[in-house]
Amino acid sequence: MSEITKQSLTELVESIKNKKLSSSEITKAFIERSEKSKALNAFITEDFTSALDKAKKFDQKPNLDLKLPGIPMAVKDLFCTKNVKTTAGSKILNNFVPTYESTVTENIWSEGAILLGKLNCDEFAMGSSNETSFFGNVQNPIDKNLVPGGSSGGSASAVAGQLTPITIGTDTGGSIRQPASFTGIVGLKPTYGSCSRYGIVAFASSLDQAGPMAQNVKDCALLQEVISSFDAKDSTSIDFKRNHYSKDLTNNIKGKKIGIPKEYRVDGMPKEIEDLWQKGIEYVRDCGAEIINISLPHTSYALPTYYIVAPAEASSNLARYDGVKYGYRANGENLIDMYEKTRSEGFGAEVQRRIMIGTYVLSSGYYDAYYLKAQKVRRLIKNDFDEAYKKVDAILTPSTPSSAFKIGEKTNDPVSMYLNDIFTVPVNLAGLPGISIPAGHDAKGYPLGLQIIGKAFDEQNILNIAFAMEEKINFKNKINDWWIK
Amino acid sequence: MSKKSGEYLINRRDNQYEVVIGLEVHAQVLSESKLFSTSATKFGAEPNTQVSLVDAAFPGMLPVINEFCVKQAIKTGIGLNAKINKRSVFDRKNYFYADLPQGYQISQFKDPIVGEGKVIIDLPDGHKEVGIERLHLEQDAGKSIHDLDPQNTFVDLNRSGVALMEIVSKPDLRSPDEVSIYIKKLRSIMRYLGTCDGNMQEGSLRADVNVSVRKKGSKEFGIRCEIKNVNSIKFMQMAIEYEANRQVDLIEEGKTIDQETRLFDTKKNETRSMRSKEDAHDYRYFPDPDLLPLEVSDEFVNKLKSEIPELPDDKKKRFINELKLSAYEATILVSDIEIAKYFEEVVAKMGKNKDMKLAVNWITGELFAVLNSKNLEITQSPVSAKNLAILVNLIKNGTISGKIAKTVFELMLKNDEDPQKIVEEKGLKQQSDPKALEELIDKIINNNRDKAIEYKQGKEKLFGFFVGQAMKASGGKANPQLINEILKKKL
Repeated sequence: MSEITKQSLTELVESIKNKKLSSSEITKAFIERSEKSKALNAFITEDFTSALDKAKKFDQKPNLDLKLPGIPMAVKDLFCTKNVKTTAGSKILNNFVPTYESTVTENIWSEGAILLGKLNCDEFAMGSSNETSFFGNVQNPIDKNLVPGGSSGGSASAVAGQLTPITIGTDTGGSIRQPASFTGIVGLKPTYGSCSRYGIVAFASSLDQAGPMAQNVKDCALLQEVISSFDAKDSTSIDFKRNHYSKDLTNNIKGKKIGIPKEYRVDGMPKEIEDLWQKGIEYVRDCGAEIINISLPHTSYALPTYYIVAPAEASSNLARYDGVKYGYRANGENLIDMYEKTRSEGFGAEVQRRIMIGTYVLSSGYYDAYYLKAQKVRRLIKNDFDEAYKKVDAILTPSTPSSAFKIGEKTNDPVSMYLNDIFTVPVNLAGLPGISIPAGHDAKGYPLGLQIIGKAFDEQNILNIAFAMEEKINFKNKINDWWIK
Repeated sequence: MSKKSGEYLINRRDNQYEVVIGLEVHAQVLSESKLFSTSATKFGAEPNTQVSLVDAAFPGMLPVINEFCVKQAIKTGIGLNAKINKRSVFDRKNYFYADLPQGYQISQFKDPIVGEGKVIIDLPDGHKEVGIERLHLEQDAGKSIHDLDPQNTFVDLNRSGVALMEIVSKPDLRSPDEVSIYIKKLRSIMRYLGTCDGNMQEGSLRADVNVSVRKKGSKEFGIRCEIKNVNSIKFMQMAIEYEANRQVDLIEEGKTIDQETRLFDTKKNETRSMRSKEDAHDYRYFPDPDLLPLEVSDEFVNKLKSEIPELPDDKKKRFINELKLSAYEATILVSDIEIAKYFEEVVAKMGKNKDMKLAVNWITGELFAVLNSKNLEITQSPVSAKNLAILVNLIKNGTISGKIAKTVFELMLKNDEDPQKIVEEKGLKQQSDPKALEELIDKIINNNRDKAIEYKQGKEKLFGFFVGQAMKASGGKANPQLINEILKKKL
């Protein structure tokens, strides 16, 4: 059985198409491994019984023309799933069962995939370690008491731990790429507007984007092909010609110009990250690409800009959780008292912190100094990339300034926690696609990732570069199933 | 208070105060569905039956602009002679309330869809231009119902997300009467455009009223108070009257006026402080990241311009110039699009040989009286335009007298019957045969010889007596003009 869960998505699809494996066999294998993996705390909600039913149904009348025929998969608990509890990792939505389906998950099910369950994440996707979840922290399969990153920590852990062959996460400031990097898997944040936000619990609307997470680049490309679609229900969805990312995937990146931004050499960056980056440069050079040094002068303003824009939008987006219509409600003496109790008890500390920051930066008298200024800087950051892309086709950077850290190590130091997103945040601010691929290990054997940033709507190009590098890197995750007794 | 030459002033001791008023009118967009969702907008539906997941702000739900509402707002802007902004932005106005599911209202703050414009209002002594500051689109909130239960508040979200146009005037109004005329004109324009039904009972039109006072002749504005959400013209006038006097009293007592938001208590007929400037909400406006800026092309706007019907001001000009109505008559007939429609149909049905004056008199006289007494709209008129036109023609061509026409009109009220038919069936046709009338008059003169002599001796008053006798003898059907002529000849 364990053989099945080791297979990549591409292999599993092959097996189903060749009738070597049934959907039921595959689904059962992942369920059995998940049952043995409760210690990872990757799931918030399991939907195993229903998954087995659906697999059986698929096997009775298999449609092999679909892209994900009978493939079981779990998804981040930020995607609303019809009749399946959706919590966003928060107490305030602990009892919330949507009557509707997000567009992205709808796209997945209509290609034949089967829901295994909902994966743990930081509360409302606010966090970089999956420690802010109301449902407890998630363990990294790499090592005990190691964070899997966040906010899509449950998703990263579940893929790396082989509880699901693939998954989808959301990325507002690095929430797909950072956990992918921490767990040794591949994670893509698509261009803003590529995947519909309809039915995804909102964190920061102008930054949120769903994306695929998988064991390898090819699987990632296939899943991206499935989830990306124009959607009239999302006014920020963009109608552009979408590639067949998996079919068009090539390792031929000869002559591609790859930019190396000098501003990403930040103070205090560990030498092993610097070395990894250097190795990455050599890999792409080996593939026939050209390396060009570039400058993204406003990089150092990205993090403060992000921590104004994202909380501002979040403070407004989360106003709807007020105990009136759905979700958690605490009793109060009057309406205001009910609001205060509901939101104090329903939201965790990090969410409350960001609501307060966001409320502050939007207040009259501070709006111009913070929010408006941040919007202007955001424009400058985007201009930096536009300038750079006149000279290069893509940009190569580390995914994170360090490898995964221990649980509890940074919980009392939010600023040091926020610094985790330093390389990923500019990409969200500029609305660009970025992919993190595992590229090596640190001294402790923890995975390290490299990030390739593309032009808007140029997912194919960064997937190709990642695909070519993947071959050269030949990364092997060091997982000993420590959590399985 | 004095109203010299139409001026509305408040007198205290030796001081005269002028009242300055600006209105923020909230007009519900006439539209089948809401501003950002596909839910229905019908008035009076069962609570919470017209609510989508978007209206109730479920997690992950996103607003999608309703193009029809955008068109309605632009049309209204055109009707207000206003600048249409090709780029406008939706902002979030953040505040917590039980009937505001999102925790914010989507509105337009810095960049409204319509900019400056103007409305001409007709006053007894001429007309006046009222400046429009802006028009923006926004969502309505739901309704909190506090009186169904002693412990709980109920929330009806049917209205949540319904499109409103907020039309902000400049502080150009100077009296309660001007406010009344302005609101009526605004409503008339929107009804002509079909962009708002203007129904104040159903809340389709309500206003926040900004009132300040200043000594007559002063150029500077006084400190203003905003009276929130007043939903009838009468209440607006009462609220202004109360508020202006309250402010004058404060000034006269040497006190200062606090800039604040006030409520009008319709039972006590007074305004009450709701919240002061210090307690004003900080709405934390910012551009809604779920919506892109709204951009409209010249082509889009021009197409809408081409669809604009004749508006009251133009119609009035045409009625005066082409139909030769007086300004007063024209003003009455164009004030409401349905009245104008009715009148124009009567005109059309009267055909070539028409008596415009007679038609106007019948509409504004007999017909309006019936509508008033039965509390009916003109669209519910018991007499159709077609039959009224026939009736007017019957008078015009001498088939019936004006007096008989009134009898016929009474009979028409029942089933909107053809007056021609009534006249024939009831034998009400006017007696216009001179021979028959001469015989009739000879008889009367013979029977009243003494009076005929008195008349000849100079008692001219008696002429009326003979007319009356003749009419009576003919059962009221005699042609009064002929009677006059014959009587003059014979006497």
